[in-house]
Amino acid sequence: MTFEEIKKRLSRKVVGIAGAGGLGSNCAVALARVGTGKLIIADFDVVSESNLNRQYFFYRQIGQKKVVALKENILAINPAIEVEAYDVKLGSDSIIKYFAGCDVIVEAFDRADMKQMIMEAVIGELPDKTLVTGIGLAGTGDSNSIRVRKEGNLYICGDEVSEVSEDDPPLAPRVGIVANMQANTVLEILLDKDNDNQ
Amino acid sequence: MTINELQNYKHMKITLNNRQEELKYIDSITVQQLIDKMNFTFKFLVTKVNGELVKKEERNLVFVQEGDDVAIIHLISGG
Repeated sequence: MTFEEIKKRLSRKVVGIAGAGGLGSNCAVALARVGTGKLIIADFDVVSESNLNRQYFFYRQIGQKKVVALKENILAINPAIEVEAYDVKLGSDSIIKYFAGCDVIVEAFDRADMKQMIMEAVIGELPDKTLVTGIGLAGTGDSNSIRVRKEGNLYICGDEVSEVSEDDPPLAPRVGIVANMQANTVLEILLDKDNDNQ
Repeated sequence: MTINELQNYKHMKITLNNRQEELKYIDSITVQQLIDKMNFTFKFLVTKVNGELVKKEERNLVFVQEGDDVAIIHLISGG
């Protein structure tokens, strides 16, 4: 498929991104660069200096709402993308409300309990919806342990073992690998579904 | 339990996270008992039986049967 063909197909697609931190901001930018038609992004947080070791924000954006800053960055890269940005702390009900109309949902939370919450909400309430999660991305090195695994309509990207801690921080390279692996998985799903329809 | 009873005792074959598992001398087990038995110690888990979500509050109520396809996914923080 040529890039023009890929862009044309993606231009009709809507991707939901739950969280605009390390996974969400990098995944959203990758999807925006290749021309995903619409991104629906939700996060409640504010950009801080400690985020800049991995998240797609700039020093001058410290203090801004993440969804506002991310929308600005996406449009600076590709003004053709439609971005719906919600400054909200997501729960089971609001996940369904914001993301039910998306072709694919990306889980991009940092906390394990939030990852559990969105997985239970989507698998339980929207069983036909594809969810792409990121699990296991802390530390440095060991790139080969990061992979994607399919479990029904759930795709798990990451090494599934490295948990963030004081001695195992989340850093740009590994977080970026997982975020871009999520974006790549989204493309695979979106372009494949189109093949099935045609 | 006599030798005879042991020989006749049922084992249960299931698929757990895409791998075949034989549970010896077990013919009935809940999702929570399976989690404990298989030593999943992570605090946050998502469980499915035959593709259907089993919510955390239902894990003591839902039984795994012979031939079931069980997924136990553990969640760790980082993003």
